[in-house]
Amino acid sequence: MSSAATAFVEATVRTATPLALAALGEVVVERAGVLNISLEGVILFGAFGALVGASSGGLAGGYLAAIGCGVAVALVFAVFAVAFRADQIIAGTAVTLLSVGLTGTLYRTVYGAGGAALSIPTNGPKAIPLLSSLPIVGLGFFYQPIVTYAVYAIVPIVWWWMYRTHAGLALRAIGEAPSAAFAAGVRVDRVRWLAIAFGGGMGGLAGATLVLAQAGTFAEGMSAGRGFIAIAIVVVGRWNPLGVGLAALLFGAASALQFLLQALGLSLPYQLFLGLPYVLTLAALAGLTGRARAPSALAKVDDW
Amino acid sequence: MTAERLRSRWIAGGLVAAIVGGVAALLRASGFELGAAVDALLQGSVGSWYALGSGTLVRATPLILTGLAVAVAFRAGVFNIGAEGQFLVGAAAGTAVALSFHAMPAPLLIPAILIVGAVAGAAWAWVAAVLRARFHVLEVISTIMLNFIAAYLVSYLVRGPLQEPTHIYPQTAAISIAARLPRFGATTRLHIGFAIAVSASLATWWLIRQTAGGFRLRAVGANPDAARVAGQIDVERVMMRAFLASGAFAGMAGAIEVCGVTYALYENISPGYGYTAIAVALLARLNAAAVIVTGVLFGALEAGANAMQRDAGVPSVVVSVVEAGIILALVAADRGARRMRTTS
Repeated sequence: MSSAATAFVEATVRTATPLALAALGEVVVERAGVLNISLEGVILFGAFGALVGASSGGLAGGYLAAIGCGVAVALVFAVFAVAFRADQIIAGTAVTLLSVGLTGTLYRTVYGAGGAALSIPTNGPKAIPLLSSLPIVGLGFFYQPIVTYAVYAIVPIVWWWMYRTHAGLALRAIGEAPSAAFAAGVRVDRVRWLAIAFGGGMGGLAGATLVLAQAGTFAEGMSAGRGFIAIAIVVVGRWNPLGVGLAALLFGAASALQFLLQALGLSLPYQLFLGLPYVLTLAALAGLTGRARAPSALAKVDDW
Repeated sequence: MTAERLRSRWIAGGLVAAIVGGVAALLRASGFELGAAVDALLQGSVGSWYALGSGTLVRATPLILTGLAVAVAFRAGVFNIGAEGQFLVGAAAGTAVALSFHAMPAPLLIPAILIVGAVAGAAWAWVAAVLRARFHVLEVISTIMLNFIAAYLVSYLVRGPLQEPTHIYPQTAAISIAARLPRFGATTRLHIGFAIAVSASLATWWLIRQTAGGFRLRAVGANPDAARVAGQIDVERVMMRAFLASGAFAGMAGAIEVCGVTYALYENISPGYGYTAIAVALLARLNAAAVIVTGVLFGALEAGANAMQRDAGVPSVVVSVVEAGIILALVAADRGARRMRTTS
């Protein structure tokens, strides 16, 4: 039983890692009043970038290429959302479609229709001394790839930046009232460009995690809706980085439930488990959005 | 035409050209014969009467109906990105009816299948509609979640309760002859589903243009606050109806696909019709009649892309790059799209 519990915690943290990365980027973007639906495409392109980068430049190359790809895709979205003031939802949907098509085409043209057997360096778990020997949670939380430890650090840093610095205040002001922020001397468009770029980098990192720390390879459409789930996590986390971190863990736990139930010997259709995170997303959104308030200017084009 | 409009047209044209050019350069750099690819694309879509009818128009049928679904929803300011899931649920429900009542005569069975498919699609949309109305859940997110859930539902059905009798293949048994849509001739694969799609589009176009309900739909989509205050319109009710109608069109598209083309349900029965539908609707400027034209255009593109993959080895997924390029170009060009935004 204890091994099942350990496996459950481990799977929870592992599944939560890419979701938390993407959602921590998106929370900054949304606090600037921009809803980046193209996050799904950002993660997918990040994953592809990680594959290409890692097969020539090793692990570091993989992570850097993924961040670069994520930023690039996010900036394409920003051209439409910020520069053209286009509808963010339509532009974001289109950029995701573009990413699905481009990664699919690139993958098949570069690696052939079969997607050739790939061997790229992967990022194995590293134990943190002492902490990893805690009962049950020890191995789950502290025997993970480096990128998971990065998440532990990024959560408080983003929170501190958002609530304790002038720049963070400016960001939140833009999300609530862009015109007022502009009148107060904040360069709204520039901050939005930067926020979207940051969100892109984090989304790219999330994609890299899927390839370099988990699957060890790339598959078409491997983001599998994580970008949309990350957007839901931002809502469930009430647009607060700390809440986002917790919400990501919650979703990780929902996905990891299948390991626990399988260990308990329950034989249910596997599609039920695969569909569970999406059902949970809906339930969480229904239960929480009424009480949490979105940034006033979120996804509104006419306000600015 | 003002200078700004003209300029945004140029931007849009340039973008599409850049994307198509970029894709072409990419394919060329990877060693594909562009001439052969274009040749295959044209041959497979409009190169012959057979390609036009049995390729392009067959492919256009689900695109017209799902495009119509998206157009109706967007027109009312409802961002239904869930045509894909509603299509799948409609296909599954239609198949279930076809298999359960296989002995029923065709004049009863076919309408029953199409109606159940439409109702199932509407029910799937209803979930997102209620989440929006009651809990203020952004329908963009909820419909996408429902797309994934629908895909897993189909996966479960074709491996579980609806699996074919030998339990070898992940698909249902073939539906009976009575459940299959009549074709326009012995030599074509074009079925009457195409005529249904065209009629539905024209009827919807007329309803939106000429009736009071259609006016309310347009008013709510153009400016919900003004519609509520100045027009005394029950905005939530109009949006709910538009959402349900949208789901019904997409669900019926799924049922028609089963009865007219595949004759069975299986995973991946939709190659992303529900997502292509967004491009179809936007290119039609959300006009229900124009959806017929853009649906046929994208049908040609996809039928041609299949031929291109078969004959020239070019991955057909390249089409979604072109589709995305078209959407982005339209969004950049059309500041009117700014009005089509969420109101929550």
